[in-house]
Amino acid sequence: MLAPALLVLGGLFLTGLGLTLLRSFRYMPALGLTEPDLAAYAAILTAPGFLKSLGLSLWIATASTLIAALLALAAALLLRQTFPGRALISFLVQANLTIPHIVGAIGILYLFSQSGSFARLAHAAGLISGPQDFPALTHDPWAIGIILLYVWKELPFITLILLANMQTLGEDHESVARTLGATRWQAFRHVLLPMLMPGLLAASTLVFAFAFGAYEVPLVLGAHAPKALPVLAWQASTDTDLAARPEAMAMAIVIAAVGLALLAVYARMLTKGPANAQ
Amino acid sequence: MRNSLRLLAGLALAGWLILPILPLFGWSVARGWRFPDLLPDRVTAEAWSFALSPQSGVLQSFGITTLIASATTLLAILIGLPAGRALGLYRFRGRGLVLLLLFGPALLPGIAVVFGLHGILLRAGLAGSIPGVILAHLVPVLPYATLVLAAVFARFDPAYEDQARSLGATRWQAFRSVTLPTILPGLMTAALFAFLVSWSQYLLTLSIGAGRVQTLPLLLFSFASAGRNDISAAIALLYILPGLLIVAVTARRITGRGAALTERLHP
Repeated sequence: MLAPALLVLGGLFLTGLGLTLLRSFRYMPALGLTEPDLAAYAAILTAPGFLKSLGLSLWIATASTLIAALLALAAALLLRQTFPGRALISFLVQANLTIPHIVGAIGILYLFSQSGSFARLAHAAGLISGPQDFPALTHDPWAIGIILLYVWKELPFITLILLANMQTLGEDHESVARTLGATRWQAFRHVLLPMLMPGLLAASTLVFAFAFGAYEVPLVLGAHAPKALPVLAWQASTDTDLAARPEAMAMAIVIAAVGLALLAVYARMLTKGPANAQ
Repeated sequence: MRNSLRLLAGLALAGWLILPILPLFGWSVARGWRFPDLLPDRVTAEAWSFALSPQSGVLQSFGITTLIASATTLLAILIGLPAGRALGLYRFRGRGLVLLLLFGPALLPGIAVVFGLHGILLRAGLAGSIPGVILAHLVPVLPYATLVLAAVFARFDPAYEDQARSLGATRWQAFRSVTLPTILPGLMTAALFAFLVSWSQYLLTLSIGAGRVQTLPLLLFSFASAGRNDISAAIALLYILPGLLIVAVTARRITGRGAALTERLHP
């Protein structure tokens, strides 16, 4: 029953990964390269652009994940309560999930760029006299626009996972703590939060992996230099200089290594946390 | 007091969620909307009529994107159904490894596999073709469909099938009239969201399509990078329409017990 699925994933995903690995060692018999070596890795490690891009991508993933996870926790606690308009917000949270990243990225660009909606509002309010006075929030060195996009896009994703987890837990545990004299904060901090933690961490791992490795978001919102690592890798892969190709493969392997580390973390959490819905 | 605080927080959340979509509505009907104007010079339907005209290629891209997402979904369901059943119903040796392989594409970014994948499909003569893009899309879509179907089968009791078989039904009859009706709601949701995972792919299409398979996101980016905000906004709004329709149809099911179905959705 599993054979067709394993065949497809083995044939496309694993073989694709393997072929990338071989090429990163500059093993390309078609081009007459039959002696595998580490020259591509040496080349990217000594080029200053690569380490800067790696650092930028790690920064984007870390900042986006932390902010999105904290806000999602607050949003899930809010949506658990009843209040007017809750149904509408629940719908918006789900609707956001279906909007492709590139659309959100273009929306963020139109809002936060130096000639975007907020710059115009600042001009109308007399705060700035021209686009150049508005702080660079897109195509900026700190990748603020990219982080804003991920916070916008991943907050609903984590919120939905937390809400699903809360639904399976029920409210009983907290009310027990409350009847035993715990304050609302104590009941949250020592009872609910530990039970939500496996789900929150698993969702955050997925978000980190995506924010680290996505291509189209930094393509739309990223600065010219340094580029996010996936953009740098793609650019090297389309370089007219064929010697740059193995360097693209080596960068892809570095990205894959980060992904594998996250996969190991994720697998551990899944086996440890039974509260985690599959 | 507490209630008005909640309402305020709710309003802030709702506002933030729709904020990036708002300028798209404005731009799609704008003509000559220069800095620092808060409103466009003129409101026109020009961007929309261009986007919907044959020479823009938008409708053709819409068709290609729909075709690719539909075919990918069909393949993913056909392959994922037996796999999901095995994972949902049975404990067996190597199950953990299979799960690891299924989680792989969600945690390893597309850029990590796309170069090698392009090499494989090039050798198979499928690079730059729609079938090649469909196969590439299976890498993220098949694991998604399989994991959702495994969750569906985990709630399915195979004893009903046994009863049908003992009453003389063939395997196919038992599947057709007992299993399928039971899993159908979960199967439909899995299919709709699998469709969306393929619908939102960018890099895999860019690389495997090699410029010859122009799906909506690729067309959208080419207009956006050409600085045509009006046309980009119209395309972007057309592009998000199917997803919004799908949520409108499935919203009740997702907030209910099917919440787990959205968990793996991460296009």
